[in-house]
Amino acid sequence: MTGKPKISMYWAASCGGCEIALVNINEKIIDLDANFDFMFCPCLLDTKKQEIKELPDESIFITFFNGGIRTEENEEMAHLLRKKSKILIAFGSCAYEGCIPALANLSSREELFKTVYLDNPSIDNPHGILPVPESDVAEGELEIPLFYDTLRTLSQVVDVDYFIPGCPPEPKQIWKVVELVLSGASLPPKKSVIGAGKSSVCEECDRKKSEKMVEKFFRNYEIIPEKEKCLLEQGLICMGIATRDGCGALCPKVNMPCTGCYGPPEGVLDQGAKMVSALGSIIDISDIKGLSEEKIIEKINSTIESIPDPAGLFYKYSLADSLLKRRVAQ
Amino acid sequence: MQNSFFIKKKENSNADAFNSGTKKSCETVSFEPKIIGFLCNWCSYAGADKAGTAQKPYPPNVSVIRVMCSGRIDPQFILDAFQKGADGVMVLACHPGDCHYKEGNYRAVQRYRLLLKLLKQFGIEAERCRFDYVSAGEGDRFVSVINETVKAVKKLGPLKR
Ligand code: SF4
Ligand code: SF4
Ligand code: SF4
Ligand code: FES
Repeated sequence: MTGKPKISMYWAASCGGCEIALVNINEKIIDLDANFDFMFCPCLLDTKKQEIKELPDESIFITFFNGGIRTEENEEMAHLLRKKSKILIAFGSCAYEGCIPALANLSSREELFKTVYLDNPSIDNPHGILPVPESDVAEGELEIPLFYDTLRTLSQVVDVDYFIPGCPPEPKQIWKVVELVLSGASLPPKKSVIGAGKSSVCEECDRKKSEKMVEKFFRNYEIIPEKEKCLLEQGLICMGIATRDGCGALCPKVNMPCTGCYGPPEGVLDQGAKMVSALGSIIDISDIKGLSEEKIIEKINSTIESIPDPAGLFYKYSLADSLLKRRVAQ
Repeated sequence: MQNSFFIKKKENSNADAFNSGTKKSCETVSFEPKIIGFLCNWCSYAGADKAGTAQKPYPPNVSVIRVMCSGRIDPQFILDAFQKGADGVMVLACHPGDCHYKEGNYRAVQRYRLLLKLLKQFGIEAERCRFDYVSAGEGDRFVSVINETVKAVKKLGPLKR
C-alpha cells in the first residue's frame, strides 16, 4: 500500500480498447504511476473484487469506468465502484452513451440470444441451449449474471461525475484530464463532458467547406474522395457535423468520414436526430422544386435510398443515450 | 420464443423499466391517442383556425404546437414527443412553393422522409408520424387530415415504451 491517491479502471460491456487507449499515453504511464497508485484494472492487474469490497467508501480517488451496463454483474460493479470512488468517470463511448454494444437495443434479448446461440452459421447447439441465470448441474447450482433486455449507460444506473467521450478516448485527451487533476486546479462542474471540446468535429477539420448541396449519397467503398474538399459535400455521410470535437478530426484527415464516436456536441440531445436535421438541410432541393407532392416523395426516397441503415449509421455510438434509447416494445 | 429461460431472480430489475413504460398498455375500446401536431403559423395553423371558426367538429386528440415554419421543426422535437408519451406526431406545412421562407417545407419533408426510415428501425410505425400540407384556406382538409391520423393511430393502439 502506498500513500498515493488510488486510481482504478473497470470494464463492463466493452471491448478492451479503452484500456489500450490508456496504455497509449505511452511514457506518460510512468508519470501516472509516479503520482497514483494504479490499483484495480481487470484487464491489466490481478486485484480481486473482494479487495475492492473491503476498501473504505470513497477511498479510490478516480475510477475510469468503461463499458455499458449489459448484465447484472455490470450493474453490481457500477454500484460498487460508485461507492468506493470519490470521482467516477464514464470513460469512453460505451460507458458514456452505449456505443456499439447499444446497437443491440434495436433488438430484443430473445432475438439476440436466437442469433448468437442458435442461428449463427458456426453454431452447433442441437439442444438449443440458451444461457439461464441459474442451472442445476451434477456438481451443484451454477449461476451466471442475468443478461438485461436493454443496454444502459453508466449514468442511467449510478451517479456519474464526469464523462470522457470517444471510442476510445484519444490518449492526448486522457492525459490532459490526468494533468488537470494533478495540477490541483478546480475541476469543471460535475456532470461535464471533459477531455473534449464543445463544438463539432467540423470546427477542427481542415477540409474546405462551401455551401453544401448534395444530390446523391455514396457508401464509403463507392468513391475515392477528393483530398481537400469536405467529405459531406462529396456525398459521403460524415457525422462530423453532428459530433463533438476533441479528436482532432482524425478520420476526415485520412479520407474517412467521421462516424461520430465523440457523441453529440454540447447542447444536442440526440445525435441521430441532429444528423437527420443536418442531412435534410444539405440535400439539394433544386430537383424537388416545382414537383408535385407525390413526385417530391419519390425523389427524396431515391436520394436517401443509399442510406439503408440510418439508425446504425447515425446512432453508431449514442443509441443508449438517445431520446428513444431502444426499439419500442413490439 | 418463450420467456421461461429468464428466471425470476431479478424480475423487477430497473433495466427493464424502459420497456414496461409509464403507461399501462390497456388496449381497451376507449383508447384515446395523444397526438402532438406541429403546425406552421402561416398555413395549417390558420387552416385549423378556419376549421374552428366554421365550427367544424374534429377529434380533440391533437395538441397543437405552433411553429413559424415547418422548417423549424427539429427532428429532436418529434423524438422527444414520442419519448414523452405521444402516440402520434403530425407535421403540417405550407404546400410546396408556398412556404413563407421559400424552402422551409422542402427541408422539412426531406428530414421527414429520412426520419420515417429511422423510426421504422425503432419499431415506430409510419402511421404514427404524419407529414402533410394544409393551407390557410383548407379548413376541411385540416379536419380530414386530423380525422385520418387519429383513426390510424387509434387502430395501432398506444405506443408501448
Ligand atoms: S468506447 Fe470503444 S474502445 Fe472503449 S470499450 Fe467501448 S467500443 Fe471499446
Ligand atoms: S462534414 Fe466531415 S469532412 Fe466536412 S468539414 Fe465536417 S468533419 Fe470535415
Ligand atoms: S473523426 Fe469522428 S469517428 Fe473519427 S475519431 Fe473523431 S469523433 Fe471519432
Ligand atoms: S412558412 Fe409554412 S412551411 Fe414554411
